[in-house]
Amino acid sequence: MPEIVITLFACLVMLLEPFLPDRRKWILPHLSSLGVFVAAYFCLPLWNSNLLLWQGQALGDNLAVIFKIIFLLGTLLTILISYLKSGHHWGGEYYSLILFSTLGMMIMASSSDLIVIFLGLEVMSIALYVLAGFNRSDLKSNESAMKYFLMGAFSTGFLLYGIALIYGTTGSTNLNILVNNPHLTEPLFITGLGLILVGLAFKVATVPFHMWVPDVYEGAPTPITAFMAAGPKAAGFAALLRVFLIGLTPLAPMWITILWILAVLTMTLGNVLAIAQMNIKRMLAYSSIAHAGYILISVVAGGDDGLSSSVFYLLVYSLMTIGSFAVIIALGEKGEKNEELPDYRGLGLKYPLLGVCMTIFMVSLSGIPPTAGFVGKFYIFSAAVKNGQLELAIIGVLNSLISVYYYLRVVVIMFMQEAPSPSVVPHSSWSVQLALWLTAMATLGLGIFPDILFKITQQSWLFTLR
Amino acid sequence: MESWILTIVTFLPLVGIFLILPVSRTKPNLVRQIALGVSVLTFLFSLYLYFNFDSATADFQFVINVPWIKSLGISYFMGIDGISLFLILLTTFLTVVSILSTWTAVTEKVKGFMISMLLLETGMIGVFVALDLFLFYVFWEAMLIPMYFLIGIWGGPRRIYATIKFVLFTLFGSLLMLVAIIVLYFLQHSYTGVYTFNLLEMYKVVLPYGAQFWLFYAFALAFAIKVPLFPFHTWLPDAHVEAPTAGSVILAGVLLKMGTYGFLRFCLPLFPDAYQSAIPLISILALIGIIYGAMVAMVQKDVKSLVAYSSVSHLGFVMLGLFALNVQSVQGGILQMINHGISTGALFLLVGMIYERRHTRLIEDFGGVAKVMPIFAAFFMIVTLSSIGLPGTNGFIGEFLIILGAFKSNVVYAILAALGVILAAIYMLWMYQRVFFGKVDKPANEKLLDLNLREKLILVPLVILIFWIGLYPKPYLSKMEKSVTSLFELAGQKSQALENNPAGTLISKTLNVKQYSLK
Repeated sequence: MPEIVITLFACLVMLLEPFLPDRRKWILPHLSSLGVFVAAYFCLPLWNSNLLLWQGQALGDNLAVIFKIIFLLGTLLTILISYLKSGHHWGGEYYSLILFSTLGMMIMASSSDLIVIFLGLEVMSIALYVLAGFNRSDLKSNESAMKYFLMGAFSTGFLLYGIALIYGTTGSTNLNILVNNPHLTEPLFITGLGLILVGLAFKVATVPFHMWVPDVYEGAPTPITAFMAAGPKAAGFAALLRVFLIGLTPLAPMWITILWILAVLTMTLGNVLAIAQMNIKRMLAYSSIAHAGYILISVVAGGDDGLSSSVFYLLVYSLMTIGSFAVIIALGEKGEKNEELPDYRGLGLKYPLLGVCMTIFMVSLSGIPPTAGFVGKFYIFSAAVKNGQLELAIIGVLNSLISVYYYLRVVVIMFMQEAPSPSVVPHSSWSVQLALWLTAMATLGLGIFPDILFKITQQSWLFTLR
Repeated sequence: MESWILTIVTFLPLVGIFLILPVSRTKPNLVRQIALGVSVLTFLFSLYLYFNFDSATADFQFVINVPWIKSLGISYFMGIDGISLFLILLTTFLTVVSILSTWTAVTEKVKGFMISMLLLETGMIGVFVALDLFLFYVFWEAMLIPMYFLIGIWGGPRRIYATIKFVLFTLFGSLLMLVAIIVLYFLQHSYTGVYTFNLLEMYKVVLPYGAQFWLFYAFALAFAIKVPLFPFHTWLPDAHVEAPTAGSVILAGVLLKMGTYGFLRFCLPLFPDAYQSAIPLISILALIGIIYGAMVAMVQKDVKSLVAYSSVSHLGFVMLGLFALNVQSVQGGILQMINHGISTGALFLLVGMIYERRHTRLIEDFGGVAKVMPIFAAFFMIVTLSSIGLPGTNGFIGEFLIILGAFKSNVVYAILAALGVILAAIYMLWMYQRVFFGKVDKPANEKLLDLNLREKLILVPLVILIFWIGLYPKPYLSKMEKSVTSLFELAGQKSQALENNPAGTLISKTLNVKQYSLK
């Protein structure tokens, strides 16, 4: 089981840390990456195996596998962009916390029981609370961690209370049992469901539960911000999909309306507020809110296409968002400097490769072909149209239009304004560059040849109980 | 060769980019030479299309159809007919011309400029050859990015405003078109049971009027913004005036034609009944565009914005032709697309040439230029006359056919359109008079150098084309005739089928692809 591998490596990294002399600390990130690869190695054979473990509390279906691959990919990229040129090493606990957080996500993705989802969510979140405040000397980072912790604890409270109510009405927390239970329409059950929705909506950052996002994203160390934008969001959606699309399909007419409103609010507010941001991390934070809205479209659309398009988009979004944060890291180094938009003036002209990479990510995030972001959005919108959500698709494309303005503004600043003197000098390590290249190539590659990934995501629902 | 030629023509410029990339930034001349070489080569390949084009058939030729994204029924499907043939030639030709025109005009960031130009060329050709709606849309939007850079980096003082406006306007239309494409895709499935973006398959489906109506307007909005049809034209003067010369040439010469091409390739055959019902609305908008564009052009102080507004007027003619819906007018419309590309392209080039010398484009800064630059003045005269539509030049044939066709369907439209021709003569000749005649009363104008060899080399082929099309348009018209008539047959048959079956149905007749025997 990949979870066991990750746990072992996380413990190993933590235990090794005190025993390694400082000059040997470089082993730790390598060890963590190795852990990711080994976990992936154990993960892949589970494809099409469709396991049911522990009396149906955990699943090993294709959906779980593909989500685990997304998490592992995000983790690997995060480890890559954490490795800085200045010789600074985050301590061993940094890597071990990342791995623990990944473990939590993996548990979330493969659970078919509300309690197990809660368990995974907590493992993931607690590690993240610490990581968000990892720049101990930075006030912003402290604020970020505090805010994230308080908000997060609050939202898990909602989630747990919801689970309790559902258990109270039905006597079970297992999704497979819940589907067929006779109490589906009881007010108490529906209240519980609403509370669960609130808890998960916090994690995926949908409006109106998005308030924490900009501050936390801005304050957290940039690699962790990238990690948060990719991993926990995907994990939150994994849980959301499990609970709503698979577990509670009989109640669909009820929650579809709620999610419809959430999707529209999330997209619109995220995009409109992003326009006003001058700090690039805050801008990407709002953009991540907006993207949660797009993915909600696919949840509302439902059906096979809705499901696979959300998986597709989550993967693609992880790639492009981590890529854009890699650019920020290449510019900011550890000091978290140079995060204001004017710092990017003339960057594209002086460092064309960095500029082109950033352009690819921005174009992809705004959904213009030939990038993966376009294909992903196309897939989501076509799922929406297919399942009769034409209005949602139209609102979605209009939102893309708004987003084009602020994404392309980054490009304008990079290429169309003169560089200030002294200008920002990027100095990135090989691993940041590697991450940059990988994500940029994948963003373009998946934009031009998305067929393989389409097929994989379409198969991800083969064995899932519905 | 037959099946690969379109791929070569489309992606050769992209190959050129990879040749340019390793060249050092300190060797701008080498970059220019490579870009020019690649674009000339692309042009030569596109000439192959011209000479091997079979004008006896209406089928799509040089077709390539390879599955691309199988799981969604998307294929790499390209082919051309008599309508797209000339637009491709225009694209490859104008790219060569505009790259040549930047030799001394663009001195900074030459590498980036050439990369953008070549990327743009691939995008533009792709739009004209794509016969798969998804593929078409990818090219349609991907082409925005290089144009965005061209205006935004190498443009005039208000370039950033202009380029963002251009992108947002265009995207607004095309995103709604994307939704329409998706809807069409599922409607297609509901009639045939097959998921496909294949345009020729979609031609077979006769949609009920309600669906046609909404889809038509979603597509039409995207195309109308691109054309630009009044009242969606406001991005155009900004973009044109701020763009560098080469950008303006491409913008006016090719980009605007994508809109009119879209009406013909997508709106007419896919939604023939909605198209017909939209005739009064679009014709009136086109007429407003013709007259309004001409009147605004008349009062411009800047030569470049005068030419920009004249584009609004000229494209109004094209739209009028396409919506008069008879063979003459549509042929005239297509020919006028080409003509406008040549004449307005040439006008922008000429304006660029004088701007390079004087660094101003205001009409009042000139006067008596004909005395110091006689050759320039002669070229300018020829192009001006072609733009007005003097008999013997290309503009005459196009406008004549359009007005003739319009006369057949609606006399009032034809009369109003003719008024536009007169207005065109007024603003162009008045501008010409103020710039070229009179005394040389500005000292800065006294020492202007006349055209050099490179500039003449750019203009001569354009002038040849102006007269060739003007005096002997038959090779052009005959190559497009079959395609246009069969398009009409298709649309007519679909309307007929809808009358018999208002809920929508399938027809058997469609445009085919030409089958080649293996040599």
